[in-house]
Amino acid sequence: MAQEKNNPIQDFFKNLPQSQLARAIFRTGIPRNRRQRMMIMLNSVFLHLHPVRLPKHAVKVKYTWCMGGLSFFVFLVLTVTGILLMFYYRPTVEYAYGDIIDLGEQVPLGIMREIHRWSAHLMVITVWLHMFRVFMTGSYKPPREFNWSVGVILLVLTMLMSFTGYLLPWDQLAIWAITVGSNMAGATPVLGTSGPGSALLALGDVNFIHSASDARFAMLGGRFVGEGALLRFYVLHCIGLPFVMMIFMIVHFWRVRKDGGISGPT
Amino acid sequence: MEAIKHFINTISAPYIMFPVVLLLFFFVFPPTTGLMKINRRLGLYKLWTKQGGIALFSTLIVFFGFGLTDENFRKIVMKPDNVPIVALIFLVVFFLWLSMKQGWENDARIAQGKLPNEAEDAKEKILVWPDLVYIEFICLIICSAFLIVWAILLPAPLEEPANPSVSPNPSKAPWYFLGLQEMLVYFDPWIAGVLFPTVIIFGMMCIPFIDTNRKGSGYYTFQQRQMAISIFLFFWLVLWIFLIITGTFLRGPNWNFFGPFEYWDPHKLVALTNVNLSEFIYMIVLNQKLPSNILLREMWGILLIIAYFGLIPWMLAKTAFRTLYEKMGVARYSIFTILLLMSASLPIKMFLRWAFNIKYIVAIPEFFFNI
Ligand code: HEM
Repeated sequence: MAQEKNNPIQDFFKNLPQSQLARAIFRTGIPRNRRQRMMIMLNSVFLHLHPVRLPKHAVKVKYTWCMGGLSFFVFLVLTVTGILLMFYYRPTVEYAYGDIIDLGEQVPLGIMREIHRWSAHLMVITVWLHMFRVFMTGSYKPPREFNWSVGVILLVLTMLMSFTGYLLPWDQLAIWAITVGSNMAGATPVLGTSGPGSALLALGDVNFIHSASDARFAMLGGRFVGEGALLRFYVLHCIGLPFVMMIFMIVHFWRVRKDGGISGPT
Repeated sequence: MEAIKHFINTISAPYIMFPVVLLLFFFVFPPTTGLMKINRRLGLYKLWTKQGGIALFSTLIVFFGFGLTDENFRKIVMKPDNVPIVALIFLVVFFLWLSMKQGWENDARIAQGKLPNEAEDAKEKILVWPDLVYIEFICLIICSAFLIVWAILLPAPLEEPANPSVSPNPSKAPWYFLGLQEMLVYFDPWIAGVLFPTVIIFGMMCIPFIDTNRKGSGYYTFQQRQMAISIFLFFWLVLWIFLIITGTFLRGPNWNFFGPFEYWDPHKLVALTNVNLSEFIYMIVLNQKLPSNILLREMWGILLIIAYFGLIPWMLAKTAFRTLYEKMGVARYSIFTILLLMSASLPIKMFLRWAFNIKYIVAIPEFFFNI
């Protein structure tokens, strides 16, 4: 009887998991028994990325190193911090650099740029390590060949994301790194002005490939790293590449499940 | 102190370091049973035990600890954008050790007729809630905490505003592309910057289709897949990570080589007396003038390239790779050997450069076609 005289605040928290509101949001309630633990995995759209049951080796950190999951998590961190940065950053030659300075000095909690930049580096590293783990456990072998190839595309996209982001601060580091990188595009065989065979695409005397119409120009939207390049890289960095990447990630995660879950000795 | 630094500066020059790494590599990660015997005799596999791991890590820590006392070393290593690469070195060594350790442990178990550790574990099934969800949750918290601390301690770099008329010396690509930029020393941009990246991507996607060995799927092992692991690690550790480290820490103004304890002097002069293969053959060996006909001039180089990619796979199929050829079939075998030869072309070109100052094998600057 004494227990029923609890104060109402305690009661409130005690009954919260059973309340109408909680049951409306979480179908399962607090998972206490085996059935509920299985149902919670099936009922949540996020948790159901996972299977309900796994062989024990697949859960051990020393097997997967958590690297695939961490790559995804860091990608989410980058998305959130990236959106915050987009509130302040304007991709024009006039404003970009100043906006980056303001991000550190004027904006409250001004470490978003730091988190974004270091996460970007970290993601390249975690994706490499994830690939390394997948190789060392032989997880690319049938039936997972296709998912390995999807992974390779994700790896390339990750590096392209990082590369396009590198230009945005519009400082010396940025434009010269991109200049070095994009000069290579000018050397593309046939399609770059300074690439072998660039004279092949010609009609009589008219050369189709010249410095204002070649692979490098398409990439930079200009003959050098300038206004056009900044806008192109910005759009690719914030919309284009993340969009493509999301699609490949969906396929990647789907295939991990469809290929039989995390690899293991059979 | 100075003597040690001088010694390290000297041996880290690419033409010493790279051959040493190359040689060591095949003993530490032996692709064949013959090399494996040597590995065992030398006791190199002991690297992948607890003691080995401690030894590896102490060496790294002592090296960096010692290095940080030096001003030049500190300047390069502590550059904000280079800090991740230092982290990368430690992480790569750690995970290399972790995977090789588990591989050798499983190999020992398999040799005794037991199942690999993973198979032992896999007998038990567990529920994802809570076991996996908790692990993931902890991982996320550690990772977030790590990122926040990193972000507070180390401000993101911001240099002078962009100025297209002042180019910094050296101008470096972002660090994950420095392996490619390092290859620019030996190859023209159309190869190092376009052909090789394309081939790397294509080659990586080919791995599951080239490696027909069905063993070693879903558990760590070394011996059941030693050839595959050795080749992959060669690409990843030597041709990728090692070149990135060289490109980041050891390339200074004018892309000249600088030892880790050397001051980046923009006026360092390096004699450049590179010659093309055609010049080497006609002017130095045959002692005559270069022919004016391009094809005649470059004939030797072109023949060499055709022989390299055309004859060698064919010859190997008849000799050393005979069983491999029979197992893989024509299509797989051709792709495999061509990829292998392409990657071998980098060390070969390096060697030709260091030993004979060869710049191009085929040099047709008239059409921007230099190999
Ligand atoms: C954005 C990058 C990537 C993300 C977010 C990602 C995410 C994941 C996740 C969460 C898993 C589940 C297992 C684990 O955590 O290890 C996984 C598995 C896998 N990933 Fe990735 N991955 C990425 C890139 C790659 C790359 C670069 C490769 C290979 C080249 C790759 C190949 C695979 C394969 C083959 C599996 C199945 C492994 C197994 O069953 O053991 N992924 N990935």
